[in-house]
Amino acid sequence: MIRFLTRRRGGARADWTDWFARIYLLIGLLVMFGPVAWLALSSFKTQTALQEFPPSLLPMGQKQVALPGTERPLPVFLVPQPDGVAQERVMVRRVGLEGQFVDPADPARRIERARLTAVTPVRELHFAIENYIEPLKQFNFTRFLGNSLFVTIVSTAITLLINAMCAFALSKYEFRGRDGIFIFILSTLMIPITVVLVPAFLIVTGLGLGNSLWGVILPPAATPTGVFLLRQYMLTIPDELMDAARMDHASEWRLFWRIILPLAAPALAVLAIFSVVWRWNDFLWPLIVLNRQENFTLQLGLAAFQGELQTQWHYLLAMTVVTLLPVTLVFAFLQKYITTGIASSGMK
Amino acid sequence: MSTLSLRGIVRQFGPLRVIHGIDLDIAQGEFVVFVGPSGCGKSTLLRIIAGLDQPNGGQITIDGRDVTGTRAAERGLAMVFQSYALYPHMTVRQNLAFGLENQRMAKEEVARRVAEAARMLQIEHLLARKPGQLSGGQRQRVAIGRTVTREPGIFLFDEPLSNLDAELRVQMRVELTALHKRLQATMIYVTHDQTEAMTMADRIVVLRAGRIEQQGSPLELYNRPANKFVAGFIGSPRMNFLDGQAVGGRSVAFEGLPNLDIPAARETTEGEAVTLGVRPEHLAFTDGAGLPGTVDIVEQMGGESYIYVTLANEARLTVRRPGQTQLHAGEPVRVAIDGAAHLFGRGDDEHAITPRRLP
Repeated sequence: MIRFLTRRRGGARADWTDWFARIYLLIGLLVMFGPVAWLALSSFKTQTALQEFPPSLLPMGQKQVALPGTERPLPVFLVPQPDGVAQERVMVRRVGLEGQFVDPADPARRIERARLTAVTPVRELHFAIENYIEPLKQFNFTRFLGNSLFVTIVSTAITLLINAMCAFALSKYEFRGRDGIFIFILSTLMIPITVVLVPAFLIVTGLGLGNSLWGVILPPAATPTGVFLLRQYMLTIPDELMDAARMDHASEWRLFWRIILPLAAPALAVLAIFSVVWRWNDFLWPLIVLNRQENFTLQLGLAAFQGELQTQWHYLLAMTVVTLLPVTLVFAFLQKYITTGIASSGMK
Repeated sequence: MSTLSLRGIVRQFGPLRVIHGIDLDIAQGEFVVFVGPSGCGKSTLLRIIAGLDQPNGGQITIDGRDVTGTRAAERGLAMVFQSYALYPHMTVRQNLAFGLENQRMAKEEVARRVAEAARMLQIEHLLARKPGQLSGGQRQRVAIGRTVTREPGIFLFDEPLSNLDAELRVQMRVELTALHKRLQATMIYVTHDQTEAMTMADRIVVLRAGRIEQQGSPLELYNRPANKFVAGFIGSPRMNFLDGQAVGGRSVAFEGLPNLDIPAARETTEGEAVTLGVRPEHLAFTDGAGLPGTVDIVEQMGGESYIYVTLANEARLTVRRPGQTQLHAGEPVRVAIDGAAHLFGRGDDEHAITPRRLP
């Protein structure tokens, strides 16, 4: 890691281009990763901490101590003592502009009084784990998570299969109108999804798939991007391999299954990544198809936190982090394929 | 071991006809080589036999059974491809077994055949590797092994040695001949290299532009080429050709050179345009009557020498002499025929004029 970071363009000393590159990359890191880091840190803040101004980067909160005999933990303040040194005291009661404080080490000894303007709250790092636990419990977020996983996995599997079959036919067989069909499929890329939203919705309801996860899975399963990507890749698989397999008694179906699919694995991986990201992040289409809460995907669940009058930021941020995790993992493990994919298709 | 016969095979791509009605019979256990320059249709013909390509007309029979419309898989043939076409994602063992598994053969039988083929081709130690980890020669053996396990009626080879270096090519040539002897199988081999054809074939079929020019044993083709094309194609270095005119029914006149007596000229008419063909090994230097010229380049191979000569009329000849030569570039020489000479017609029909040979 250190070696990687201190790598130079060559030569014994760092060139100005090295410094330029490092600074440029550092700015890039801040711009790209900063908001994500802030999101992750903020997701651990309590609702009050979120509304603080000026905002803090770390999830800070007032230190609280549970005393015997009290129901809830009590806030801790720095209270100036007669000798001039401020000490940590727990506020047990607030009366007007004054507070009553006790020593947390010996609460029974005596009660000190101090004006609220004279004391300062003691702040400490505090992770509000409840931001995560409560929505997962109360708001059925595990259900949303399950729905999202189901939609993403099934949809990706179907996408890979039917796109690969279509690409196989378009790349390896010669038939009348092949190029026409291919161009027709590609030309659908030019139609924005918003245009087909209403007709697609009518078809889905007509088929009785309204308000069902299959209504979310099936319509976007066949993608022109996927067909294009796989076809271009399959064109590079030599035809002699297919001839060899045919001489080896392989049926056309077996040829596809045993020769073409394994050899197209890099392209399939790229499409799988794209499909996972598309389906996982998809908001508009599920919003239209799904209207019962038990069928919601994560993205719809997240939107539910944003009310007309009030937004529950702490839950929203925490669940956004949950939503980001799977996609981040996919990227982390398959980034090699992503670069080749983007390089080969020019899409992302 | 199967027999094959082709009747009037025609293949065209759009308006372009690449195979013009080929008739051919191949006997059981025969090693037949299709040879010809690029684009002569030899590979297309092989693909038609394999069933990977369909002819536009004609009939293919294997062991007397009409297989013209039958799919490649059901013809019982096996093929070695120019690029080897090994499945890159499978190990050598899986490559060898794939064709057998597709036939739903019992596991023990598959294992037995793979082991046997691997032993025969000495690739046992490579069975667990992937094709990407093999050298060219090893890939070649695996590709051959894949056909051997299938125990096919006919082996088809599509320029299998063209991707190997010269030394390995010679070695594989010998091994293929040995394999043919051992398996006693019918083999059809396509190449553009006449040396491969000469060294391996029982019978050579010379193709040009989708037609069979001549077929026969290697020596038949070498000794009695049916036309100028075959004469030029078979034999290395290439046969020398001199354009001339038949004179007096017994000799040939060349512009700027003395006449040569050629018995074959008896079959010609007076003044007919002919081409004299003499192989480099059938030329010699003489002190007496001969064609005058100058030595251009001398290539000493040690065991033999090639001498390139420019004649007085600017025509060029290659002379091949055994042993080493004392000749140097620029030396004047006289070249005489010392062996067989061939006479061919000229123009559209470059057939050989009988009797084809001297003396």
